[in-house]
Amino acid sequence: MDSVLNISSTVFLLIGSFLCISGGVGILRFPDFYTRMHAVGVTETLATAMILIGLMLQNPDAIVILKLMIILLMALFVSPTASHALASAAVHNNLKPVLDKNKNKESVNSSNP
Amino acid sequence: MKDLFAVIMLSGIYGLLSASFFVAMDAVDVAFTEASVGAGISTLLMLVAITMTGRTEHPVRHKPVLALAVVIVTGSLLIYGTLDMPYFGSAQAPVHQHVAPRYINDSMQEVGVPNIVTSVLASYRGFDTFGEVVVIFTAGMGVLALLSVVRRPRDVDDVASLNKSMHEEHLILRIVAKILIPFILLFALYVQFHGDYGPGGGFQAGVIFAAAIILYTMIFGMSTARRVINQSLIQLFAAIGVLVYGSVGVISLLDGKHFLDYSALSADPVAGQHLGILLIELGVGITVASVMIIIFFNFAGRQNDQQNKENNES
Repeated sequence: MDSVLNISSTVFLLIGSFLCISGGVGILRFPDFYTRMHAVGVTETLATAMILIGLMLQNPDAIVILKLMIILLMALFVSPTASHALASAAVHNNLKPVLDKNKNKESVNSSNP
Repeated sequence: MKDLFAVIMLSGIYGLLSASFFVAMDAVDVAFTEASVGAGISTLLMLVAITMTGRTEHPVRHKPVLALAVVIVTGSLLIYGTLDMPYFGSAQAPVHQHVAPRYINDSMQEVGVPNIVTSVLASYRGFDTFGEVVVIFTAGMGVLALLSVVRRPRDVDDVASLNKSMHEEHLILRIVAKILIPFILLFALYVQFHGDYGPGGGFQAGVIFAAAIILYTMIFGMSTARRVINQSLIQLFAAIGVLVYGSVGVISLLDGKHFLDYSALSADPVAGQHLGILLIELGVGITVASVMIIIFFNFAGRQNDQQNKENNES
C-alpha cells in the first residue's frame, strides 16, 4: 500500500514538473504573446493540479489533504481566469498575433476589426 | 531599465522569491508577510501609481557616475562591517545568546501562545509593533493629505455610466471574482484569528482583506466600490485600529502595570495575554486593511478624475 502511494505520488510529481518545464520552454520559444500565454496558461493549470495531487498522496494527514484540495480548487478557478484576463487585455490593446500572412489573412481581418 | 512596468514586475518576482527562501529557512511568518505585502499589495499599489505617473522613466540629465561611486563606497563599508559578524548559523552568535532562549523556553508559560513569533511580536515586542501600526496609519494619512479629492456628485454619475459600459464585457472575471471574494475575506479572518496557533496575524490578514476589496474595485469599478465602502467610515476604521491597540496599553497603565502588559486584562495572567494579543492583532488588522484601501482608492480615484478631465477637454 505504502509503495503504491509513493510510486503514484512520484509519477504525479514528475508529470507536474515536466509540464512546468515544458511551459517554461514554451514561453521562451513561441513567437508571440498569445502562443506564449497559451503555453503557460494551459500547462500551468494542469501542472499545479498534478503537483498538488502528488503532494496529497505523499501525506496521510486529513487536514493537510483538505488544505491542498482547497488550494487546488483555488488554482483551478484562478489560473484560467488570469489567462483569460491577460488575453482579453491584450486584445483590448490591439496586440496583433504573429500569423502566417498568406494562410490566415482572412481570419486576421475578421478577428480584428 | 526604462520601463517602469517591468521594474515593478521584477520587484514583485523578487518579493515572491524572497518569500520562498524565507520558507526554506523556516521563517514561515516572515514568508507569509513577504508574500502578501512584498509580492502582493505593494506591487499592486505601485502599479496603480504608474497609471498616474506614466509608464516610462524620463531620460536622465545628470551623470550616474557619482551615484554609482556612492553606492560602491556604501556597499563596501557594509560588507566590511559584516566581516566582524559571527559565522552564519553559529550557536555562539549574540542573536542566539541574548533574549531568544528566554522566548523559546518561557513564552509557553508566560504567554501561552503556541506560535512563538506571535507572542514575540505582539507581547514581548508589543511596543515596536505599536510603532509599526502608527507608521502605517501615518502613511495612510499622508496619502489622504496629499491626494485626497473632494468629488462632486455629477462626476460620480459620469463615472458610473462609463464603468457600466466598460465592465459589462468582463463577464468571466466578474463571475469568478464574485465566487472568490467571500472566500478571500473568510481566509483573511482565518489568518487574523489563527495567528496565535499558526503563521498569520494582523498584518497579513489586513492585507488579504484589503486585497479582496481592491479586487472588487478593479472588476466592478470605482463608483460601485465607493457605494459599497464609505470613505469616511474607512478612515474612521483606520483610526479605530490604532485606538484599540493604544487603549489596550493604556488599560494596563491604569492598572498600575507597564504599558502593553496584558496580564492586567484578566485575573489569570496567561488568559490576559491571550485576550491582549487577540485585541491588538485585531487593531493591527483593522488599521492595515483600512489604510491599504484608503491608499488604493485615492490613487485610483485620482487617475479616474484625470481621465474624466481629459475626456471633458477633448
